[in-house]
Amino acid sequence: MKNTRIVGTSVPRLEGRDKVTGQARYVDDMVLPGMLYGATVRSRIPRGEIKKFTFGPGIDWKEFVIVSPKDIPGKNCIALIEDDQPCLADGTVNHPEEPLLLLAHPDRYLLPKAVEAVSVEYDPLPAIFSMEESEGLSQIIWGTNNTFKSYLIEKGDVDALWKNADYIVEGEYTTGAQEQLYIENNGMIAAFDAQQGLTVWGSLQCPYYIHKALMKLCYLPADRVRVVQMETGGAFGGKEEYPSMIAAHAALLAMKSGKPVKIIYDRMEDMTATTKRHPSRTRHRTAVSKDGRILGGEIEFTIDGGAYETLSPVVLSRGALHAGGPYYWPSVRIRAKAVATNAPPHGAFRGFGAPQSLFALERHMDRIAQAVGLSPVEIRRPNFLKPGQTTTTGQTVREEIDLGRLLDRALELSDYHAKKKKFAEENQQGGSKKGIGIAAFLHGAGFTGSGERYLGSVVGVEACADGGVRVLVSSTEFGQGTKTVLCQIAAEALGLRYEDVGIAQPDTQEVPNSGPTVASRTVMVVGKLVQSAALGIRQTLRACGLLEDSYSPEEFCAACRAYVAEHGKFRSIARYEQPDDVVWDEEKYRGSAYAAFAWAVYVAEVKVDLTTYSVSVDDFVALQEVGKVLHPVLAKGQIIGGVAQAIGFALYEKVIWEQGRMQNGQMTNYIMPTSADLPSIRVYFEELGNVHGAFGAKGIGELPMDGPAPAIVNAVEDALEVPFDSIPLLPEDIFDALAERVD
Amino acid sequence: MSKSSQVRAKCEISLSVNGQLVTVRVHAMERLLDVLRHELGLTGTKEGCGEGECGSCSVLLDGILVNSCLIPVLQANGANIVTIEGLSTDGRLRVLQQAFLECGGAQCGICTPGMILAALHLLKEKPQPTLEEIREGLAGNLCRCTGYMQIFEAVAEAGRRGATT
Amino acid sequence: MRAHPAEYELVAPRTLPSVLSLLAQEPGVWLPIAGGTDVMVQYCAGELPTRKLVSIWNLPELRRIEVFTDEIQIGAGCTYTDLREQEVVSREFTLLSSAARWTGGIANQNRGTIGGNIVNASPAADSLAALLVYEAELLLISVRGERRVPYTSFHIDYRKTQLAPDELIRAVCLKKRFSEYYAHARKVGARNAQAISKVCLAALGRLADGVVGDIRFAMGSVAPIPLRLTETERIVKGKRIDPLLVRLARTTAAAEVRPIDDIRSTARYRAAVAGNLVAEFLEQLTAGGMKT
Repeated sequence: MKNTRIVGTSVPRLEGRDKVTGQARYVDDMVLPGMLYGATVRSRIPRGEIKKFTFGPGIDWKEFVIVSPKDIPGKNCIALIEDDQPCLADGTVNHPEEPLLLLAHPDRYLLPKAVEAVSVEYDPLPAIFSMEESEGLSQIIWGTNNTFKSYLIEKGDVDALWKNADYIVEGEYTTGAQEQLYIENNGMIAAFDAQQGLTVWGSLQCPYYIHKALMKLCYLPADRVRVVQMETGGAFGGKEEYPSMIAAHAALLAMKSGKPVKIIYDRMEDMTATTKRHPSRTRHRTAVSKDGRILGGEIEFTIDGGAYETLSPVVLSRGALHAGGPYYWPSVRIRAKAVATNAPPHGAFRGFGAPQSLFALERHMDRIAQAVGLSPVEIRRPNFLKPGQTTTTGQTVREEIDLGRLLDRALELSDYHAKKKKFAEENQQGGSKKGIGIAAFLHGAGFTGSGERYLGSVVGVEACADGGVRVLVSSTEFGQGTKTVLCQIAAEALGLRYEDVGIAQPDTQEVPNSGPTVASRTVMVVGKLVQSAALGIRQTLRACGLLEDSYSPEEFCAACRAYVAEHGKFRSIARYEQPDDVVWDEEKYRGSAYAAFAWAVYVAEVKVDLTTYSVSVDDFVALQEVGKVLHPVLAKGQIIGGVAQAIGFALYEKVIWEQGRMQNGQMTNYIMPTSADLPSIRVYFEELGNVHGAFGAKGIGELPMDGPAPAIVNAVEDALEVPFDSIPLLPEDIFDALAERVD
Repeated sequence: MSKSSQVRAKCEISLSVNGQLVTVRVHAMERLLDVLRHELGLTGTKEGCGEGECGSCSVLLDGILVNSCLIPVLQANGANIVTIEGLSTDGRLRVLQQAFLECGGAQCGICTPGMILAALHLLKEKPQPTLEEIREGLAGNLCRCTGYMQIFEAVAEAGRRGATT
Repeated sequence: MRAHPAEYELVAPRTLPSVLSLLAQEPGVWLPIAGGTDVMVQYCAGELPTRKLVSIWNLPELRRIEVFTDEIQIGAGCTYTDLREQEVVSREFTLLSSAARWTGGIANQNRGTIGGNIVNASPAADSLAALLVYEAELLLISVRGERRVPYTSFHIDYRKTQLAPDELIRAVCLKKRFSEYYAHARKVGARNAQAISKVCLAALGRLADGVVGDIRFAMGSVAPIPLRLTETERIVKGKRIDPLLVRLARTTAAAEVRPIDDIRSTARYRAAVAGNLVAEFLEQLTAGGMKT
């Protein structure tokens, strides 16, 4: 890989100055003249028929704009994969907090009171709240059998395995819902003008998802809907699909009132009404030889999608495709399904199915180790995928990844063997118990299989009048460094200075659709297109003789200025093309699921306090191979931030449900780790390159979410010699398990 | 306005914000956070939770770090308030802000104004804080993006560079 | 923000006598608000039952600490930061300075007051267990005068106290008799900072000739009010601390507390941890000895 000047260095965050001075503009910082505030009347029951609305006393209803389903110009749905989720419930309610009516008024303080003053009479219907109830089919709440989607992945001959197995190891593992808890609540502003059409500004990840949804809802053509992303205060997937709902609500109020409308959720509404990570249940049944080789197995992976389909098929897909982890499965059958319950629909959250299935797998590997009598290290090593071997979907590992060596390095960095031995000795002495645990895993970057081809991402780079270039993508910045890295890539590709490259704020009127900002695809897939598009500018300048073969940044800028002065601004466009070696069969669910995988081994050291049963993570090693590190500070920040969220997933963040409604929808009672709860997280990178990614990069945004939970729970088992197969693992759960042992 | 509740009169509150004396006509129970953001247009101070848990609304009130979502504006009458906007009025970044930029202390930026004020408050008391002191000083400011480490590095670095400038 | 500011009235009389006059004129109508760290949370959630508030923030008569020969008087308007910064508190009443340190974060410590913590009367409040073991006395003031009540009888039931509708707490009085005691406090929350306690312990103990001379256990979050574990104290007092006594104390404490299942934790967890905290304290008392 040749040396790079800008890529690979920690250039200043492009929009960083605005962020540290309080100048960055988030949606609630914007005010439009004549603006009204909007709010949502929501269902208080999980399932039923709506009989009647009563607008109660104490409110002057004439002052309010009120929107009901009959005000929807187009189709009453939030278009996504299916059109099953209504924008406003039309007669039937399928989950608590489901939107029913919309209100707007100039006085934002009045809205909560007005919402409270609307009473709704229902004919309740029986509701279901667990995957098991859903599978039991006592109530059919969606489709014909409560199943949004199912997948079957088969390789080899699983049924022939069992009679030759020296060991058959079974386990069931569950993960709970998790709230994304971006510190900036969801919000949107909409304005409608008969000539210009509809414009929305908001906190969001995917402008074109909203664009598509609004076209259908408002019955407007593409050029009369405009979506603009404002500075977004954290997302993590929680602002992938739900913003379309809020945009729809704000749009309907704006269209009916003729005024701009702002809807900002408060924390309780955001937590109780919007998406969370899909709860999961994974059942493993694995045939193992006496020397610890996986012969094959059956994996049943089930996720709870909530009341409507939304993105569940895609979460299911990723979870199923990661269910085998970084190991070689000669034979496997993976049965995956997403089922419906009467809870607010679950949705995208960093990792998107993989943290769930990888938690199960990496816990199961430790269980297999115990059954066979090998250590957690020695059970993993011989089973690791090697170059030339195939994954569960038959994808050949083409890069020279050496997972055994990666494991060894992680063990050395964490001083694993010495600590494991020392803890075992010290644990004899009473007091607190210490343990150390491993997780080995992978994360596929980009959309699955033919997903990227289907997206057909388009990227532009524009030559500007001042001689600089401007990147045009719909990929959004929400802290992960999109703007910075894409500008680094363009600057590197063109031999410019970082300062010569700008990037347009994502605005569907201005930028092409480079796909959603999800699936760890931005740097790898979109970045590579930025590279191509940038080179297109150079090609044009050379073709008309304005640029020599070799040039300085100043010369490039002069050439650009000259070109634009004569021909006007010009855009170079690059369009995604599926690489020939990434072939996927959507029918059989076989082939190359992802263009690239990042690989990782994480090691967690924990202490369990036997007075309080709480677990503290005392040391954490995060070692990953990521293709190429384009920006060291940003890359490290992504890993640490992801590990912190995953520590929350494992030990702290529990959603308390009652009748399908989250009961602890406040920051006081939904516990995310504070600075006092996290260890120093030690981050290390390896770089093998990636032909399919910009400058060799793979995606890393979601990778750090996959490994910490199983590493931590493996460590807790090491400390206590009691297995735990469900997260979040709270002190109360540890107490109950230890108390049961005594009894 | 609703029919059955009594509407109270507004009152005049005078306070100094970022060195400038301002007078606003507001209800006594309006939150200081809302007065800063809506009356004074200083939107740098953010609302993350509305219950004093996240620290995004942190400001300095008479030099003391407080959560402005929990302060009725009447109690800020006559006070000196410093918000994030007050830190770099001449367009130059403070040492602390520069350190945040270099060390990756700001990702999505929503917790950043409160975090920077909390760090400033800490550095005034403890110009060379230890990691433990930084952890404790910032424990009331939640960040979901960074996992805190690069924020701590920024604060430690700012301390090394003499951050009161 | 689920309350409409226009529907609320907040007044800020400049002196304590003016506040007391107002409370006397319309008892039960005006809710005192000091630092606001409890009241404002309820207000913002739209759950404040009163519409009229009187600010007692920063009244000089309430925000001072007076040191006498045999006791200190901590003004009810002292913030947790004030407590942390006062040398006499950290020297002689360490349980209280510990509690101040782990209440919320710095911003909330700068505004939350000891008086507010007491009057809000959440059983999970951080400083109340310490006040129980120090056998604090409260100075309650109204236009009718001042009275001194023992803190141990101040809480009547869940969020109900002896405070009359026209009264304020003026000060918390702590007798300076505990410098020879071993003092230990521990808070068990859902995380290490910014957490409401699931169980918390404040304990004082003194050995005399190898047996327990005096012992006091108080806990928060294990009953509708902060609780002195008098039964556990009774079985430990006068005894030599050995493994058998520690075990007995553990089970007695676990049975003496009356915790519930709630959104934060379970009754059985709280009871077990309560027992463990008592056992841990007794083990430290034997090992560490006399004084922190």
